[in-house]
Amino acid sequence: MIRFKVNGKEKTFDGDPDMPLLWYLRDVAELTGTKFGCGMALCGACTVHQNGAAIRSCTTPMKEVSGADITTIEGIAPMHPVQKAWMEIRVPQCGYCQTGQIMQAIALLKDNKNPSDQDIDTAMSGNLCRCGTYQRIRAAIHQAAKETA
Amino acid sequence: MKLIENVSRRGFLQGSLASGVFVLSARFIPEPLWAAEGEAAATPFEPSLWMSIASDGTVTIVAHRSEMGCGSRTALPLVVADELDADWSRVRIDQAIGDPKYGEQDTDGSHSVRSSFDLMRQVGATGRVMLISAAAAQWSVSPKDCATEPHFIVHRASGRKLGYGEVAAAAAKLPVPKKEDVPLKPRSEWRYIGKESNSLFDLPEIVSGKAVFGMDATMPGMVYASVEHPPVLGQKIKSYDDKATLKVPGVQKTVTIQTFKPPHLFQPLGGVAVIADNTWAAFKGRKSLKIEWDSSPHAVYNSAPFRKTLEATSRKPGKLVRNVGDVDAAFAKGGKIIEAEYYTPHLAHVSMEPPVAVAEYRDGKVLAWAPTQNPQAVQETIAGVLGIKKEDVTCHVTLLGGGFGRKSKPDQVAEAAVLSKQLGKPVKVVWSREDDIHFDFFHSVAAMYMKAAIGPDGKPTAWLQRTVYPPINSTFDASATYADDEMGLGWNNLPFDIPNHRAENGPADYHVRIGWLRSVANIYHAFAIHSFADELAKAANKDSVEYLLTLIGPPRIVSLEYKEEEADEKQRYPLDTARLRRVVEIAAEKSGWGKRPMGKGRGMGIAAHRSFLTYVATVVEVEVDSKGQVHIPGVWTAVDAGTVVSPDNIRNQFEGAAVFGTSLALFGEITATNGIIDQSNFHNYQLTRMNRAPRHVDVHIVESEAPPAGVGEPGVPPFAPALYNAVFAATGKRVRELPLSKTKLV
Repeated sequence: MIRFKVNGKEKTFDGDPDMPLLWYLRDVAELTGTKFGCGMALCGACTVHQNGAAIRSCTTPMKEVSGADITTIEGIAPMHPVQKAWMEIRVPQCGYCQTGQIMQAIALLKDNKNPSDQDIDTAMSGNLCRCGTYQRIRAAIHQAAKETA
Repeated sequence: MKLIENVSRRGFLQGSLASGVFVLSARFIPEPLWAAEGEAAATPFEPSLWMSIASDGTVTIVAHRSEMGCGSRTALPLVVADELDADWSRVRIDQAIGDPKYGEQDTDGSHSVRSSFDLMRQVGATGRVMLISAAAAQWSVSPKDCATEPHFIVHRASGRKLGYGEVAAAAAKLPVPKKEDVPLKPRSEWRYIGKESNSLFDLPEIVSGKAVFGMDATMPGMVYASVEHPPVLGQKIKSYDDKATLKVPGVQKTVTIQTFKPPHLFQPLGGVAVIADNTWAAFKGRKSLKIEWDSSPHAVYNSAPFRKTLEATSRKPGKLVRNVGDVDAAFAKGGKIIEAEYYTPHLAHVSMEPPVAVAEYRDGKVLAWAPTQNPQAVQETIAGVLGIKKEDVTCHVTLLGGGFGRKSKPDQVAEAAVLSKQLGKPVKVVWSREDDIHFDFFHSVAAMYMKAAIGPDGKPTAWLQRTVYPPINSTFDASATYADDEMGLGWNNLPFDIPNHRAENGPADYHVRIGWLRSVANIYHAFAIHSFADELAKAANKDSVEYLLTLIGPPRIVSLEYKEEEADEKQRYPLDTARLRRVVEIAAEKSGWGKRPMGKGRGMGIAAHRSFLTYVATVVEVEVDSKGQVHIPGVWTAVDAGTVVSPDNIRNQFEGAAVFGTSLALFGEITATNGIIDQSNFHNYQLTRMNRAPRHVDVHIVESEAPPAGVGEPGVPPFAPALYNAVFAATGKRVRELPLSKTKLV
């Protein structure tokens, strides 16, 4: 039995310990804001926070989340400054990768209150966007940084 | 939770707009947009539902096109709301199921707005006229003395006001006015069309993770399926062993899907499906399946020799698709002869959301929820595969996590329906990224041969172009070897002022499924044409922008005897070189062309291409570092898409097109060995990441009152040639094949 928290709520899991956290979140916990994109930690669509740090849930097996505090997009306070900036800059096109982008950006701003373009590139280049919204993602992160400064 | 109720079809029809007391159910047949669509025209009396108004004033507008990131689901209802004079904050959008009563629903070809703009205006304006009439009757005044402001009818003289909800019930009892009695707003009174304030309707749900994509759709009692497809197109199962698979926790059983009979259309590929309690168990179970496949004629497919075959064909005369003057006579007269060959590989769509669908077969009918660009194709495909009537297939459309053309081919939805019929319960089919890349409808590999003669003034006297690739039509006709619609995509409509011009197409066999990908054949056609144009500029020792303007020639309407886009669009959308010249001039000016010192390893390139009836010019600046890696400090694009609905969304589309263009120019290549695709995931089929994307993309939209044209795709074609021309300017190296990663620059 694996015990952990998701968005502040106590959870237990006694299924396949190799099941990636992503599929637990989506198929078992029905938290579908976290997306499947590649299954190999190559695209970042599945990004969530484990004890506040951004991780790729698609390659994190359940046995590794024992005792962890997991936060998904559903656990982010409504209209976090990053989400607000995403709205104002109108970042999304299709929107599928954007929850992962937002989770990655929130983790970045937690560690670095005023990231440079270079810092943003380094933190965000693991998150793919096929629609190509990178220019707006960068602008939105700068705006959110200003807002939270 | 996003539980999707298995409502009966009758229940749904009553339900979608039933909350409204005013339901605009008149069928509008705009000419000539629907005239060519046999099915829609054949049933002119079936009511078609577009919008309703509830007594609380809530306006519900039907979006009959899919949302895959291009903004169609927002743009079309915005047009209705503008003519209705509705308050956008009180508008709900109801996504249409697949049904021919909406006319064509394929969200494809960058044509959602241009095909439905007039119709949506008419829908909204008709509603407004009826609401005014109802209010005027209540006040016993003439409708002529009434006006509207958002969500209210106003009596001008007295200042009295009635809300739309207050008169909706009375308006519903009025006859629907004739088209000639429904005035459209003058452009100056538009509140939403063309305004900067427009943003995507689904934006709040997207950023909060609440938006429902196909990946998020569920049905009560459903099981999950992952399908091991035949690795080579057309292979059938000889035998298989699922003993180890069935031992995987969560796996319920395995089920086979029959391999299609050619042509493959959008039918399931066939294979073995692992049925499980959750997605992960289905994926894991597949890994231990042992399947023996039979042979397929497509196992001969190897990309390197196939390229040689295409190139050899391109050197021989092909089928004539456009002829102006006499190129042979002109070549015989001499001048400076320039020849060049270009090659572009297969590409995969790789939408961030892989193909996925949930479907239930029950009592001879199918209910499906899918991220599809074309719900009517879902109906037709499932009906064909299961031998039922397409009216018995109900397809609901979720948001699409990208589409780019892949999601107008619903093979995975058909898989879900086939499996549900076998299992007797709803099935969710989830494709892995590896499935998505291995079994795409690939953008075609292509070879182009170009030849020109230039005179003493540097202008071409003759221009011959040949293109060869397996055609998209092979999806529908297994014997097809020549291109069809691809010719109108940047090949039979060269807008250059050249007295002798010939365009040809050569034959090629297909060995994988060939499909359309964002801007389709324009990608390879524009790459060859605009690379070659730049080669001629250099051969003539001219500036690239100046030479491009010379090639385009004086402002005029280019005469096109051949099929370009839909026939009726030729009149409405003549190929106007004045508009093409203007975007070239603007892109050059915005980029500071010729005015900024470039320095070592830096350079700029330009290309201008009209596609989907939109005129686009793009300047790309590159910096090639000491390791030969290409960086893109800036991109400047000028766009003339006629009348635009949401300008900021259009900028987003063209910013995205620059990134999409960077992916295919720098990295994109799908290859096959013995019929099996070599690439599998984002490590060996790379996309542009933030650190390799253009640092800055500047999009300039030309103000225009021309009819609306496409915006989702036209940003892509000029990008790669502009980038390659910039690489030549920076390094002196002329590279003639995509992607650039295959060529060492230093």
